[in-house]
Amino acid sequence: MSEATPAPAAPSTLAERLAARFGERIAGVATRLGETTIEVAADDLVGIATALRDDPELRFEQLIDLCGVDYLGYGEDEWRTSQETTGTGFSRGVEGLGPGRFNWVERPRETAVPRRFAVVVHLLSISHNRRLRVRCFCADDALPVVPSLTGVWTGANWFEREAFDLFGIVFEGHPDLRRILTDYGFVGHPFRKDFPLIGNVEVRYDPEQKRVIYQPVSIEPRVTVARVIREDARYAQAGAEAADRWQEN
Amino acid sequence: MAGAEIRNYTMNFGPQHPAAHGVLRLVLELDGEVVVRADPHVGLLHRATEKLAESKPFNQSIGYMDRLDYVSMMCNEHGYVRAIEKLTRIEAPIRAQYIRTMFDEITRILNHLMWIGSNALDLGAMAVFLYAFREREELMDCYEAVSGARMHATYYRPGGVYRDLPDRMPQYRESPWHKGKDLKRLNAWREGSMLDFLDAFTDDFPRRVAEYEELLTTNRIWKQRTVGIGVVSPEQALAWSMSGPMLRGSGIEWDLRKKQPYAAYADVDFDIPVGANGDCYDRYLVRVEEMRQSNRIIKQCVAWLRQNPGPVIVDNFKVAPPARAEMKRDMEALIHHFKLFTEGYCVPAGEAYAAVEAPKGEFGVYLVSDGANKPFRLKVRAPGFPHLSSMDEIVKGHMLPDVVAMIGTYDIVFGEIDR
Repeated sequence: MSEATPAPAAPSTLAERLAARFGERIAGVATRLGETTIEVAADDLVGIATALRDDPELRFEQLIDLCGVDYLGYGEDEWRTSQETTGTGFSRGVEGLGPGRFNWVERPRETAVPRRFAVVVHLLSISHNRRLRVRCFCADDALPVVPSLTGVWTGANWFEREAFDLFGIVFEGHPDLRRILTDYGFVGHPFRKDFPLIGNVEVRYDPEQKRVIYQPVSIEPRVTVARVIREDARYAQAGAEAADRWQEN
Repeated sequence: MAGAEIRNYTMNFGPQHPAAHGVLRLVLELDGEVVVRADPHVGLLHRATEKLAESKPFNQSIGYMDRLDYVSMMCNEHGYVRAIEKLTRIEAPIRAQYIRTMFDEITRILNHLMWIGSNALDLGAMAVFLYAFREREELMDCYEAVSGARMHATYYRPGGVYRDLPDRMPQYRESPWHKGKDLKRLNAWREGSMLDFLDAFTDDFPRRVAEYEELLTTNRIWKQRTVGIGVVSPEQALAWSMSGPMLRGSGIEWDLRKKQPYAAYADVDFDIPVGANGDCYDRYLVRVEEMRQSNRIIKQCVAWLRQNPGPVIVDNFKVAPPARAEMKRDMEALIHHFKLFTEGYCVPAGEAYAAVEAPKGEFGVYLVSDGANKPFRLKVRAPGFPHLSSMDEIVKGHMLPDVVAMIGTYDIVFGEIDR
């Protein structure tokens, strides 16, 4: 925390204020739909979080939400409307290999996205009635690590456990990083895009062994609505007017 | 047994315990009857709602939202629908906003009735539960009248609500259980429209709230069980990401309906009750007062809705289906209908966080879209989740029965915590 004094001409919007306060330390400030997002490097996360909480200009007392995001397969659809549209017909939609449908064997080993995992934090300032989103990408896709925010907001505890459980993001410095939502002894991180929606194992009672057993999942995943991305101007018109209105919130 | 060692022992509370409010497994370390450590194990009801939502078009997940916090159904829908509306930049017509406001408040009453009943039951007062469920029944009928389902309504849609309020409130039919004078009494409010019914209900409801208060507010046992129990300081409430009555009970005046108004909340008149001591009793008082305030809001909405007929869903066939009659007439409408129900609509790429003041606190939906007809990532911020995470700190040093009081005052529902 080098400069404690606020900039002389107090910047009006939150985005400007943040840019002035942190300068090079935050990678990007963006305001869309009336929501401000900043991007922070993992090394600097705790420092910036502490400043966001304590700076009287900002005072984000509350961590509202913390979650992981897996950007694998972002912007990919299963229904490419190109020349070979009629080539494979119905099965494209049903058997396509979009996000959420890979099984373990077919999961993509390499991704086009430079960094896969991100931790997204939503903050709320009760004294200034403002919200802020902080995104922090994990440097390593194979072992995503991010410093823990439990020291700044104690409420981050379970949110981080959840992100660890579901995405396998490791929060360095977390006092008690255990699984929280999945079953005892669960293997894998189910919300990763390369974890099949249907799961890997199923549980049943085996009358011969007289106990509950785990076995490889026997049902085929079937998604009947394909994932489509359509570039469409239809929201553009209605959007122009409504966009201003949302800025109030 | 000279020199016998006295050690703490560990007790398993739940997951099958009536006071565990669903499927909470609480591992308690006890020193005698005093709690040394509480470790809630959650996730027994985890259904991966967020992951499921990634695999289906936006509208098909509205029904899942009902099943998160299954006692405040429409508020959950509201959060989700608002996130979609924010991304697609569509806005529901004003009548739909009022209907949403009204149903959010009906939902709040439903939730608080459930809460007051079960919390009192946990702490040993049987009667409140029965009375609370009597009123719940009336409001559930409103859910049913408007959506066809008593609980999982799927009534809110991006761009409005599914249909307008019914002109006639369904009546009880004669049956071996309802007949004669009893039937007449049940149907007395149901002669007219749903708004007439709600008018009658809101006139009557403050009297009912007074009845619950009569049973509890000055009740010696109730006060012994709640006053000074589970004190949450304002600092703790902020640090533990608490919201809703948990935050207001600790004296912080924060309500999204006032501070960041959505739907028609800016145009209705109501007050925010705030507690002083942050104990279970204050939170009880806050919630009881919230029921009265909700009643006030419903009354205002009913009056407005009577005066102002109009559309309840946007006229944009890209997100809302055309009317049945239109489909018979118009080819375009038919195509829209087909596309909407087979493929859904594509939401412009981007991310949005929309929050509503659900009965339990801030219910937020963080939606990431990559431009597809399905969400790329949906994160549900359930109010109960951070509340329960503070369990260990709040309950430490309390007696075992106070744990039950605390679980009650958190107003936890596992549908939303485990998602």
